[in-house]
Order: sequence, then C-alpha cells, then structure tokens
Amino acid sequence: MKLGWRMVRKLRIVNARNGTFFNARFFSDSTTQLPLASMTVDPSSNTTKTNNNNNKNSTSSSLKHLELAKFAAIADSWFVIHFYYLFSVISNFSSSSFQLRHVWSLCISSCMVRWDSEGPFKPLHVMNPTRLAFIRSTLCRHFGKDPNCAKPFEGLNIVDVGCGGGILSEPLARMGATVTGVDAVDKNIKIACLHAGSDPETSTIEYCCTTAEKLVEEQRRFDAVIALEVIEHVADPAEFCKSLAALTVEGGANVISTINRSMRAYATAIVAAEYILRWLPKGTHEWSSFLTPEELVLILQRSSIDVKEMAGFVYNPLTGRWSLSDDIGVNFIAFGTKNTH
Amino acid sequence: MNRIVTKRFSVNVYELSITRKNFCSNAASRVSSSSSGQSSNEHEVKQNFTDDGHQYDVAIVGGGVVGMALACSLAHLPLTKHLKVAIIDSNPALVKRNCINKEDPPDPRVSTVTPATISFFKDIGAWQYIQQHRHAYFGKMQVWDYTGLGYTRYNARDVNKEVLGCVVENKVLHSSLLSCIENTDFRKTIYPSKLTSMALLPSSSSMGVDSTLSTTALFTKGRLAKLELSDGKSLYAKLVVGADGGKSRVRELAGFKTTGWNYSQNAVICTVEHTEENRCAWQRFLPAGPIALLPIGDRFSNIVWTMNPNVSSDCKTMNEEEFVKTVNHALDYGYGSHPKSSSSGGRDMFSWLRGDVTISADECFEVPPKVIKLASDRMVFPLSLKHANDYVSKHVVLIGDAAHTVHPLAGQGVNLGFEDSHALSRVIAEGVAVGSDIGEVSLLRKYEAERKPANIAMMALLEVFQRAYSVDFGPLNILRAAAFNGAHYISPLKKSIISYASGEQKMPLPLPFFS
Repeated sequence: MKLGWRMVRKLRIVNARNGTFFNARFFSDSTTQLPLASMTVDPSSNTTKTNNNNNKNSTSSSLKHLELAKFAAIADSWFVIHFYYLFSVISNFSSSSFQLRHVWSLCISSCMVRWDSEGPFKPLHVMNPTRLAFIRSTLCRHFGKDPNCAKPFEGLNIVDVGCGGGILSEPLARMGATVTGVDAVDKNIKIACLHAGSDPETSTIEYCCTTAEKLVEEQRRFDAVIALEVIEHVADPAEFCKSLAALTVEGGANVISTINRSMRAYATAIVAAEYILRWLPKGTHEWSSFLTPEELVLILQRSSIDVKEMAGFVYNPLTGRWSLSDDIGVNFIAFGTKNTH
Repeated sequence: MNRIVTKRFSVNVYELSITRKNFCSNAASRVSSSSSGQSSNEHEVKQNFTDDGHQYDVAIVGGGVVGMALACSLAHLPLTKHLKVAIIDSNPALVKRNCINKEDPPDPRVSTVTPATISFFKDIGAWQYIQQHRHAYFGKMQVWDYTGLGYTRYNARDVNKEVLGCVVENKVLHSSLLSCIENTDFRKTIYPSKLTSMALLPSSSSMGVDSTLSTTALFTKGRLAKLELSDGKSLYAKLVVGADGGKSRVRELAGFKTTGWNYSQNAVICTVEHTEENRCAWQRFLPAGPIALLPIGDRFSNIVWTMNPNVSSDCKTMNEEEFVKTVNHALDYGYGSHPKSSSSGGRDMFSWLRGDVTISADECFEVPPKVIKLASDRMVFPLSLKHANDYVSKHVVLIGDAAHTVHPLAGQGVNLGFEDSHALSRVIAEGVAVGSDIGEVSLLRKYEAERKPANIAMMALLEVFQRAYSVDFGPLNILRAAAFNGAHYISPLKKSIISYASGEQKMPLPLPFFS
C-alpha cells in the first residue's frame, strides 16, 4: 500500500506540472504505468483486486495466478490512472449527488479511447493483421471457404481463448464468424464487451470471463479454437492443449501462437521488447516458460491435434510491420487439425 | 492525441456526458451551449441508428474523377464490393447524366493519363467507356526551350511500349467512371449536396451491459463520423474520404495542416484546331513558364500555357486571331531560334554513355503543327503548390488534389490522384481481408506510407523543373541545354525518365530500400 501511495503522490505531481486534464503524453507514458503494474503484482501489497482474481480462478488448473495478476495489473494501470485523474477533476465541481458509478463508467470509457491506439498492447495491434492473414488463409483452406469473399468465416463457430480486450475476436467477427471470446481477467472482458458493443458487426461476440477448462466442463464445442500468445502464460501447457483439443469438434481446427525458447527470442522478445523498446511492460514474459516449436508439436500431438502448418513472424524495423516467414526462431504460429481416431 | 484536449465535458447533477468530438467550430459551440440541447441531440442520434439508411462504410466527399475512380475501384475489388458507399457532390452531372456526342466541341479541360493510369482504368473496367469517346494516344513527345540550345524527344518504342500516354477530356473521364459504376452491382448513394460539417459521434451500443456501465454506452467511442450536408441531410460513415480537390472542405474540417505556396503564375487553357491531326505531345519552356500542346483527337489539340498573371488576362481578353498568332509565336520562333538538330555532335559527345541506342535519339527536332483556330473558351487558373502534412487521421483520409496540388507542367497531378485511389482501395481491401475496422488509423497509415513519399518525390521534381526554367541566366541556360541533350542521348536516363513519367516506376530513382 505504501508503494501505492507513493504512486498517487507521483501522479499528483505530474498532474500539477502538466495542468491539463487530458494530457496525451501522460496516457502513453509507459514509465508511469510500470510502477503500478509492479504494485499489484507485489504479493505484500495485497490489493483487493488481485485477491478477487485469485479467488475467482482458484479452480482452474492450467492458469498461473501470478500471470493473471500481471495482466489484471496491466488492465488496472489504465483504470487507476484514469480513476485518479477523473476524480480529481470531478471533485472540482460541486457534486453532492454525484454518483461514483459515473466516475467508474468514465474510467472505462477513457480506456476505450486507448483500446486501439498506443496502449500497453501496441505490438499486438501491429502484429494483428499478420496473425489474421495466417488464420484467414489456413482456415479458408481447411473449411473450403472462398478467400476472396469479405466474410469467409460465415457459419463457423470460433472460440478465442485469452481474448484480452478482443483485438482478435473483433476482426474474426467482422470476417463472419460466430465468436466466443474467453479471458480469465474480468476487466479484459469488460473492456472487450464495451468495445465490441459499439459496432453492430462485432456486438454479436459472446464474451465470458472463464477459462478453457471451464468451457470443457460446460461441454462447449467449436469449429475452430484459437489461442494466440496464451500458452506461454499458462502453468501446464500440456493440460492446456488437452483442453483446447477437447473444445474442438472432430475435424476442427486449432491455431496457436507463442514465442520460441531460443536465445534470439530472449534477446528480442524480452530484452529488446520489454527493456529497450518498452513495447511491453517489464516482466510480461518469462523465457523459461516459452515453448520450442518441436515441444508444441509434441504436446499438441499427445492431445490428438496434428500440426499441419507453421509460420514465423518477422519484424521489419524499416517499415515497422510484421510479415509471415519461414523463420520460426522467435514468434511463431501453428495451425493444426483435430484427428478423428 | 492532442485532440482529446478539445473534447468538451458537460457535467450536471443528473447526467454526465461527453459531447461529441467536433471538427466544426460553430457546431461545437452549438452542441455545448446547453445540456438540454445535448440530450435531444443524442436522442436524434439514436433514432438515426435505428434506421440504418444513413449509415455507410465509406463516404466519398467529392465526386470528381479521383473520387469516382475510388468508388469504381471499390466496386471492382472482390473484397470491397459489399461496402456501402455514399458519394457527396453538388455537381449536377452526377445525377442527371448528359450524354456526350462525338460532335460536341471538346472540353478545354483535359488530363494526360499515363500508362499506369490506363491499366488501372482497364482493371476497374472504365477504359472501355473512354474508348467510346474522343481520346488521343500519343507515342511521341518533344520537349525543348526557348534558348535553342537543346531538345529532347521521347518515343514510346524506346521502352518497347505502344504509347507514352493518352489525352482524355475531363468530361469523358468523368462520364466513363460514372457509366462504369452504374453498370456494376454496387451499393452506392449519391448525395447532390455540399459538406457543411463533420463530427465524430458516439455510436450506439446494442449489447446488454450491466446497469453501472449503461451511461458509457452513449459516450463517444468514435466508431463513426457524422457528416452534415448543406441540404440539411446528415449521414454516418466509418471512413470519410476527402476527394474534394485543392480547396478541400474535408481537409479543413479535419484540421489537416498544409504546406505550400502560390506560384505567381496562371495557366491559360483552351482547345485549338489544326489543319491535320496532331499525334505528338509538345512542350516548350518559355521564360515565363512552359507551354504544352497536347493532341486530343480529331484535328484538335489542347493548350496549357503557364504565364504571368497580367499577361494571362491579356491573353484572355485579346481577340481570337491575335491569340492564335501569339500561340503560334510561342510554339515556334518566338523568344528564340529552333534548336539545331545536328544530332551527330551530341551523339559523339555522349557516345561513351549511350549504351544501346534509343530510337528517338536519332529523331531530329520538329516544329509543332500550326494552330489555325481557337475551338473553345479560354480559361485561366491560378497555380499553386499545396501538400497536406498528413493524409490520414481517425476515420478521415485525403486523396488526390485534397492531399496534394502540383504544378501542371508535366500533367502528373491527376495521375497522382488516380494512384492514390488505387492504393487506398487496395489498403481498404487488405483491411477487410483481415477483419479490420476500415476507419482505423493503423490501417489507413499503410496508404499514407505508400503514397506520401511517392507524391512528395514527384512534387519535388516538378518544383525543380519549375524553378530551373523560371530563371534566364547564361550559365544556367547552358546547364539546362546539357540536361536536354543528356536526356536525349543517354539511353538509360531516357528510359528511366519515360518509365517514371508513365507511372510505372514509383520513385524517380530506383530505391531498393522502399520497393
């Protein structure tokens, strides 16, 4: 809590210095967000939010609580900053009958402003079209859909495991799929719901704060199960893959992406992305929990999923864009089908 | 992000709401005037959402040739043909078609379209309509200056092509694109009106969020832009395309800054008649600016003559006979002698650099055909250079003259605009392919990254030409003459110039980095 107060003091200083209410730089200043993230992750700080998440997900087997707290904290870092800011402004008005829930809703709405811009998940936004291009081509081929059609996934039932704010679920919905987005972090689901609800094309997405395991318990089945950049955050990848397989219909498709456990991945995904470029909050990834492509193929095979295609993502610093390549040394994506024996 | 600061908050005891982000200052003051007015406004918004009639994917402001080409391109691409498109233009020609007869006098406003533009038009299915009307391909071009020191001739066969370009009257271009779009199955609506204001709106939320969040459903999420028209109608679009020319209203409302200056030059444009058909494009650099004689088919040619503003008003008012005499003077012996076609001397000088000889290097200087009659009114336009510092922002994108106005000396302006349309439609298709929101800035930035360097390169080159020929100074004249001779005799250079001017090469020099 002590750290928390120091943070609030710091915010006040920034506030006084900048003067303006909606200061753009403050929003995108990653250094001010980072202490907040560490604040919530810190076990001694015992914030109620972390506790809630822990309790809620105590039943799930393959999830790491620390990972959950980390992502909840990233989501929180937006909320707390906005909350504090709005509160300081609103207290300037005489607001005797002012209701706190309005502040809360304002917080969320200002987070929405950040959904697609320069937020903590900016690299995911930049990579998103490339990931979707892979998903589009593999799924169209597998399900015999016309790739030259604007909504090729019409009639497909897809689940996005670890949907976060919905950056993958929404494009899938626009491509015609019936999408279910699940995430273990409650706030992600709230943000995702709000964002998707503002567009009629994406408001059909069904978001649930749940886990893959729970969906299996509910006996849900999907034509395609997609879990991008999730497996490196779960406690038991083999168990997680079994759940993914159990969610897939016979002959259905699976798409999984993650980071290779290579020295290059350590240098780029952790050292460069988290410490030098600060694309991601420090501590987002842990090198030891990465999987090599061989390991991923093996554990998927044991869960009766045959990997049919694999591709790597490479970043071109000149154009600032990602593209698909054969190089699976760092980021890679795998497409597999559930075998029918 | 700075615009967040401009977002106004109106707070009262019972209702807390964010007003819409307004680009139009007078509209902004109206909205924030009273909270009761605000709530009725929001009510109106909700009503409009319930009937889907005024909601579009793309709203193209400006139905000129560039805007129509974008619409045609969207209609043609398989991934974008499902989009609902609105075209906003008060030009009556968009609604009430006047048929073009072959016998009609030619439109003094013409465009020189490059081979790249021709293939774009063929792709979107508009070229077949152009071929039904008057148009003139040209395979040869001659450029020289008044000093008589040098000249350059280009021939399409230098680069194994049939044509260097084609001159088409603007009304033909426009009606062809209109016919093209009418004959495709495409959901488009034409609004015969003008844009008055543009605002980003809170969009409706149809899902059931829990009660604590319901207020936010009305808040601005900026998923749609609202356009208000001069006839009182309004519409909503995910993407607003500013194709409304050099004085773009969209550019102004969206707050894009521009860089540019006025040239102290005017262009005089008219159609003239010869005794026989002209098959070559001619351009002569005079002290006050270039004069171009472009074939437009039959026995007609088009004149684009850049000159000082006071001379241009004389040119407009003088009688026809005198004007024809002045034009012939400018195209022939006026200001200086003909360049000598002593090809042997020049060829020897550059023989070590020649490589394989281009056909046109052996061609002698020719005198352009005499003008016998004026065939249209004379029109005068002031010239300026203008470039928008940004082409895109959330929900808004600029194409054509709205993004860049260039000097007409190489006839490249409209071709840059068509390139913009082509690039933008491809980027939108790419976005649709991966399920992006087409109003998203990160997607639109791809278009900007593709077009901005190319447009700036062309503008810079034209600016160099413009400046180099506006000075009459001995040593510079000799340098220019050397440049003419170099372009005439050095084959690789000549081929590179032709392919850049044809729009096949995106950059004046091959840059491996960006390709």
